[in-house]
Amino acid sequence: MTGAPLIEVEDLRIDLDDGSRRVAAAEGISFRIDRGETFGLVGESGCGKSITALALIGLLRQPLSIGGGVIRFEGREIQHLSAARQRDLRGNRIAMIFQEPMTALNPVSPVGRQIAEMFVLHKGKSWREADRLAVEALASVRVPAPERRVKDYPHQLSGGMRQRVMIAIALACGPDLLIADEPTTALDVTVQAEIIELMRNLCAERGTAILMISHDLGLVANVCRRVAVMYAGRIVEERGSADIFRAPSHPYTRGLVASLPRLGSRAALGRTRLTEIAGVVPAITNFPDGCRFNPRCAQATDICRTTAPGADLLDPGGLVRCHHHA
Amino acid sequence: MKLRANLIIGGALFALAIVVGLLAPWLAHTDPVLDANLLNAEEPPSWTWWFGTDDQGRDIYSRVVYGARVSLTVGIVSQLINSVIGVALGLSAGYWGGWWDDVVNSLTNLMLAIPSLIFALAIMAVLGPGLTSLLIALGLTNWSFTCRIARASALSLRSQGYVQAATVLGYGDLRIMITQLLPNMLGPIVVIGTLGMGSAVLSEAALSFLGLGVRPPFPSWGSMLSDARDQITTAPWLSVFPGLAIFLTVLGLNLLGDGLRDILDPQSRSRRT
Repeated sequence: MTGAPLIEVEDLRIDLDDGSRRVAAAEGISFRIDRGETFGLVGESGCGKSITALALIGLLRQPLSIGGGVIRFEGREIQHLSAARQRDLRGNRIAMIFQEPMTALNPVSPVGRQIAEMFVLHKGKSWREADRLAVEALASVRVPAPERRVKDYPHQLSGGMRQRVMIAIALACGPDLLIADEPTTALDVTVQAEIIELMRNLCAERGTAILMISHDLGLVANVCRRVAVMYAGRIVEERGSADIFRAPSHPYTRGLVASLPRLGSRAALGRTRLTEIAGVVPAITNFPDGCRFNPRCAQATDICRTTAPGADLLDPGGLVRCHHHA
Repeated sequence: MKLRANLIIGGALFALAIVVGLLAPWLAHTDPVLDANLLNAEEPPSWTWWFGTDDQGRDIYSRVVYGARVSLTVGIVSQLINSVIGVALGLSAGYWGGWWDDVVNSLTNLMLAIPSLIFALAIMAVLGPGLTSLLIALGLTNWSFTCRIARASALSLRSQGYVQAATVLGYGDLRIMITQLLPNMLGPIVVIGTLGMGSAVLSEAALSFLGLGVRPPFPSWGSMLSDARDQITTAPWLSVFPGLAIFLTVLGLNLLGDGLRDILDPQSRSRRT
């Protein structure tokens, strides 16, 4: 299996069927994630990052559907697999954790049971064995007194503890890919840092690749080796995360980096105004022609309004879709 | 864990009814059917006849004790059948939606449109009178409320984060329904179930009255109540005691359902610990 990427997405298009017509909610999505790699997908709300993740695990539901392109997992195309085969991948090989640890756990079931269920479901363990493994799993996410905590119900745990349980459930079967969709948005900053650290360490230990989805460029760059920035359903820039901060290439990425508040910047630079990107993301049904960022872009010229930019390769490694990239 | 009063009282009343039914041969003073003596007809309650006697001189106390067997069997078994049918249909309809939901919905509307007693009558007419056909008839005709509740719960639970999480974690449809949806809707289902047991006891009375339920002279609370209608002014004890038995059992079931609902909700459980 060496050489082939763990997951490879090629020219993926996701259609939104609003009854009368189909519009592309995301198109031309291509990226690859190697074994054990950390990859980030960043963008504003509604740019198509979450539906991309849903497409990977085969859970797009009406009115969304895959309109074209290929998704390969370990070299095998998975977008046309039967429901049963896809279910076998989910949870077992590809796991996912969610934004809302408050609602992602079943309120009437003890957390230990919910972890144990994964072993029963995917590994065919007996309940007795699974219950024992659940205690270990809870210990591995550094929940104190795990043998007592397994009997707790979700409402008895704090937000951070619940997200730890979610991670324990997601990593229970030793998946190859962990999709983290805004995993810490609902948590406060100190807990957020702990959870991210925990997730990163556990995945590094087990060689699990991470696909992290967030609107927080700083967080993603901190966790991931490579980052793709999405805007209005397209990937506009994909770079190593250090490069993207040092020398953002696409005007949108530059805008994002510039709009991050920096600690201590006031002392260094004096009182400065935080820059923002003018305007809002266009609606899916109303994407502009040409480069979709052109109405908000200061550098837009005529070609930007008529022709969608192709992917230009960047050095060292990475690509950008802009006619005027730096 | 501190138990609530409604659970204790409800559980005690229901348990009492069950114990009385089980121990009927030992608790009864006389045989409920054979010991008829017209010389003792319509005796008011006394030390000899605790609950009085009916127009044929049978001991009301003994008949109430034996009647518990029929009434409880009908109440419990037929409501169990109803709950299973209602939950299976409603849960799957709410979760899957689509054409199956339409089918189940039409079926539910049909059941609600036809009075269930009339439907039960039709089934009884085909199956013939007797306890078994009574159980089947009542078990097939009162699931629409359970079905409605189950469907509504499934619809709202379907979009909950943990149900979606379960899908993402590779749970199959059946597993999601049983482990994620069912436990979360059990509260209302149990409450509806205990209420349904009460109404099944009453339906049995109506069908017995029409001669399609338990055949006389075997006693059931419902048929005793129906028989006592004519003598309600002259011998009120004929209707009071079976009525009291029904009342206490149904009350017990409702309190029990209430208490169970509290227990089944882990959030309210820990509030009290």
